[in-house]
Amino acid sequence: MMSESRNIPAPKPNVENQPFFDAAAEGKLLIGQCDACGQPHYYPRALCPFCLTESRWVESKGKGAIYSLSTMRRGAGAPYTLAWVTLDEGPAVLTNIATEDHDALTIGQRVRVQFTPTEGGPPVPMFAPE
Amino acid sequence: MSIRNKAYIAGAFEHPTRLAPDKSTPQLHAECAAGALADAGLSLKDVDGYFCAGDAPGFGGMSMVDYLGLKVRHVDSTETGGSSYILHVGHAAQAIAAGKCSVALITLAGRPRSEPFAGQSGNAPEAAFEGWVGQSTHNSYGMCAARHMYEYGTTSEQLAWVKVAASHHAQHNPHAMLRDVVTVGDVINSPMISDPLHRLDCCVVSDGGGALLVVAPEVAKSLKRPLVAVRGAGEHVKGPRGGMNLDITTSAAAVSGPAAFAEAGVTPADIQYASIYDSFTITVLIQLEDLGFCKKGEGGRFVADGNLISGTGRLPFNTDGGGLCNNHPTNRGGITKVIEAVRQLRGEAHPAVQVPDCGLAVATGIGGVLGARHGAATVILERQ
Repeated sequence: MMSESRNIPAPKPNVENQPFFDAAAEGKLLIGQCDACGQPHYYPRALCPFCLTESRWVESKGKGAIYSLSTMRRGAGAPYTLAWVTLDEGPAVLTNIATEDHDALTIGQRVRVQFTPTEGGPPVPMFAPE
Repeated sequence: MSIRNKAYIAGAFEHPTRLAPDKSTPQLHAECAAGALADAGLSLKDVDGYFCAGDAPGFGGMSMVDYLGLKVRHVDSTETGGSSYILHVGHAAQAIAAGKCSVALITLAGRPRSEPFAGQSGNAPEAAFEGWVGQSTHNSYGMCAARHMYEYGTTSEQLAWVKVAASHHAQHNPHAMLRDVVTVGDVINSPMISDPLHRLDCCVVSDGGGALLVVAPEVAKSLKRPLVAVRGAGEHVKGPRGGMNLDITTSAAAVSGPAAFAEAGVTPADIQYASIYDSFTITVLIQLEDLGFCKKGEGGRFVADGNLISGTGRLPFNTDGGGLCNNHPTNRGGITKVIEAVRQLRGEAHPAVQVPDCGLAVATGIGGVLGARHGAATVILERQ
């Protein structure tokens, strides 16, 4: 069930990040993985932000915990919750929490990815309470 | 090479307008430039360096150099959001110390109340991943406050004290947008904007601007104004950088602040007045910790009970009322931080908030989006 009433603008992929959005359309969350320094990263780049070596795409399990959050109470689409979610693989993702009950959300809460349609573009990775 | 005592702030001007529907943005820049020149006792032809940031209309510094009728041998349009103008003071001092210019003009102006605010461009590398999340400053700074509360037990009441102190100062500023003294209760009972930040945790939106003149020592000493030396400067840019080991309760000021203190050869305990960019109450609290006025996590206790109120508190801050009450021209509060620090060091602040015999001040700011990509700049200024 779509729980967000906010209209989500379509992301505009470029040649560097098109694979991420192609995978998103198939329900897969990709992150960057560097074989040189061994670190994953997000948002994914062609070159690792820790050592500038070419990185590769790997699929995240899409599970993690809320690192911090803030529920917007004013303006169009409110309420909606902006959050940093730390994936179990390590990187943090700036995202929204898809829920009907924003007041029940807490830091540390377990969440999993929930791809959400956008206005005429590829879906985007929100997260929902497990 | 150090910039210590290699440059002085000889001119400072804050535009009195807070709503300017009948003036253009370049016009406001020009009025600020004229104001700073008059304050210093310098003329347009003396200016040989120009500094501006993203609020300047047109193409980098070129449009404004031409509009203002400048002939410069040094130009710098470094953009770090609202902290740019503090950073520019440091860059101007570097340029002067290197002999690249001797009179550097810094301007800021804009009219977000009179015309819609144009958001950042969509070609940022993170745009496809983050452009849809509904990020504003309110919810991003809100996440910083939420995490600070989670890690350190900081309370909304403690954050409210930052606004209470600013309001005590703003009551004496005839140009301030909000002049009513508020209480902790007023802040925490104001409408929630984005948890845990209430309306009164947020700065004002104002038209307006400001300008500064940073000059070589021989120029400063030829003028009739009190001598305000640039004693140290620091800058830093911080972002989530791949999302590993995210830490949104420590800002880029944890680098810019110590760098400025080290160059100045002073410590936070020596500071008599602090201008601290107050886009939100949490912005002040985190910078106080990052500059070393207290340990990380103790900012809430540091600001509580009026400790930022001039005359009674341990660290007088933002005696013009700051962005929370006075002015936040074109959503960028860095230049007004330097201007009020200069007023304090000259002894020209309002008598009700003037720090007695103020000899050493800090001006520090965070631009961009705390909790994501942001820049910080810090300068230490000294009356000589």
